[in-house]
Amino acid sequence: MFAPFILALRAAGVPASITEYLSLLRAMKEGVAGFSVDDFYHLSRAALVKDERHLDRFDRVFGEIFKGLESPQGTAPREIPTEWLRKIAEKTLTAEEMAQIEALGGFDALMETLKKRLEEQKGRHQGGSKWIGTGGTSPFGAHGFNPEGVRIGQEESRHRRAVKVWDQRTFRDLDEDEALSSRNMKVALRRLRRFARTGAATELDIAGTIGATARNGGSLDLHMVPERHNAVKVLLLMDIGGSMDDHIRICQELFTAARSEFKHLEYWYFHNCPYERVWRTNRRRKETERPMMEMLRTYGPDWRLVIVGDATMGPYEIIQPGGSVEHWNEESGEVWMNRLTRHFRKAAWLNPIEKDHWRYTQSISIMQRLMENRMHPLTLAGLESMARELAR
Amino acid sequence: MARFKGTDTYVASRELEVAVNAAVALQRPLLVKGEPGTGKTVLAHEIAAALGYPLIEWHVKSTTKAQQGLYEYDAVSRLRDGQLGDPRVHDIANYIVRGKLWDAFEADAPVVLLIDEIDKADIEFPNDLLLELDRMQFFVYETRKTVAAKHRPVVIITSNNEKELPDAFLRRCFFHYIRFPDRETMEMIVKAHYPEIRQDLLREALSVFFDIRQVNELKKKPATSELLDWLKLLTIEDMPPEALRSQDAKTAIPPLYGALLKNEQDVHLFERLAFLARRRGQ
Repeated sequence: MFAPFILALRAAGVPASITEYLSLLRAMKEGVAGFSVDDFYHLSRAALVKDERHLDRFDRVFGEIFKGLESPQGTAPREIPTEWLRKIAEKTLTAEEMAQIEALGGFDALMETLKKRLEEQKGRHQGGSKWIGTGGTSPFGAHGFNPEGVRIGQEESRHRRAVKVWDQRTFRDLDEDEALSSRNMKVALRRLRRFARTGAATELDIAGTIGATARNGGSLDLHMVPERHNAVKVLLLMDIGGSMDDHIRICQELFTAARSEFKHLEYWYFHNCPYERVWRTNRRRKETERPMMEMLRTYGPDWRLVIVGDATMGPYEIIQPGGSVEHWNEESGEVWMNRLTRHFRKAAWLNPIEKDHWRYTQSISIMQRLMENRMHPLTLAGLESMARELAR
Repeated sequence: MARFKGTDTYVASRELEVAVNAAVALQRPLLVKGEPGTGKTVLAHEIAAALGYPLIEWHVKSTTKAQQGLYEYDAVSRLRDGQLGDPRVHDIANYIVRGKLWDAFEADAPVVLLIDEIDKADIEFPNDLLLELDRMQFFVYETRKTVAAKHRPVVIITSNNEKELPDAFLRRCFFHYIRFPDRETMEMIVKAHYPEIRQDLLREALSVFFDIRQVNELKKKPATSELLDWLKLLTIEDMPPEALRSQDAKTAIPPLYGALLKNEQDVHLFERLAFLARRRGQ
């Protein structure tokens, strides 16, 4: 009955299965949802979505599939009430601007366009976070109308339209490719666990003890083993300053997560591109500087190298000797990158810039080539794919 | 069929009611996730109260094994009894210790079974319970006996998202994510707990509370349970509402902040913000 819905969900990346579909149908038969669209939305969400990161995708698909599905006439207004839009507008717009809107065909036309624009945005939202209002030509941007603004209005419950709960997309922040907190990151980084027994023997080795006791003819022979620890060693190189200032928060969170997850974590800073020197504390850079060669000597190839940076710079900063913006580098960044990737066989680059935008920056493409395509976006999905690759 | 609705002490949204009713009707487990302090565990208590079923709680820890929920074979007691010549030793059934799931399956009336914080346990834990939760039965190897549920219990599972749960497990559950309540719902929740609270105090406290949640840099944002604790403190101390209003809530440390801010970095952050605000004010 709802096969297209399930297929659309799967196409959108919500892993709904036959089992879940059948249980939804059974719940419908049991009359759990009653006859309200709203209940059906809640029920299908509870049955088909099992991860809050997919809730937003579900909302989007639901909106597309059941477009035009409204509650019976008379119970709810068919459109977003215009007087409500007008109310917002009156608060924020001058009379002149109001006249301009009238020139655009009045509120009705504006709303139509707004709706269309919203639909468009649903389509290409994945990965992008550009809302209406960025383009200078958009009537919404110019007058301070954007969907966020509309959503603020929706907090007024008397206008909250039950049918359109999913259009509010309250779960947008939970989508896997968008928000990240240090907690989520920790979960993602856990994939990188590699347990090993090292250090002092503090735990009773039961199997060993039994074996030894049996061999001993029954008299007790205790054996101890060291505790299990996460033995993964991670060397974190972080780009700092300049264009990275926009990403400070997310980098901090990554850092917190990594610090608590890995027992063996070493971190060093660089600027734009790794050259012959890195430093430990950005504020006392001169005193804490170390040569990169020392890094290569100190940390063996069993360390996993994770570079965090936006890789956004002039291409010459990578390929030209002396290209660095802050000092004269004898050897180009490319040489240093090659040295790093040759030494650390397990390496990855995390880039806080959205993946869709990478190809517009030449230096990112160069870096991607130097990293042998092991650049991942700094999102939950990116972190996971990085962890999988590094754990191999 | 018994239907779940919000109770006097618990405000349930419509979506939560639908999810719970679906789980009850289809006798499937309901997986509940949400920010800490949004009432995941309390939900199981309320469902039990609403349906009039007894509640069996199984709190999972990092060391909990799935087998412990079914039964445990107490070999050490048996060894001791064997050496002391206790006649009980001949029947192995005397040394089978029942787990929570067994209790829930063998109960004479339907019960609500809460498996709390399933993500705390080992990553394989949910997988080990797949069949047991699906068929609601398990096999006791020691006594060669199958324990099957007399009445399928209503199973509520909570998770704090520390580990990802396996797909096979998720496919068998209904899922509900408890969203952080908005102001109106929050007011209803508070009133459900403290019906006698003074309206002006509540209004000021909620403003302060939602302002605090707006501060993005907080390590741990206060949630419903923190708000309730704080309100209780405020009423005990008989704090006048004006004390909350005195300054811009975003920049001043609220009275009795210990109930809301649980992290010294967060307290420092607030002190710094308050300091900056004072300096700007001069």
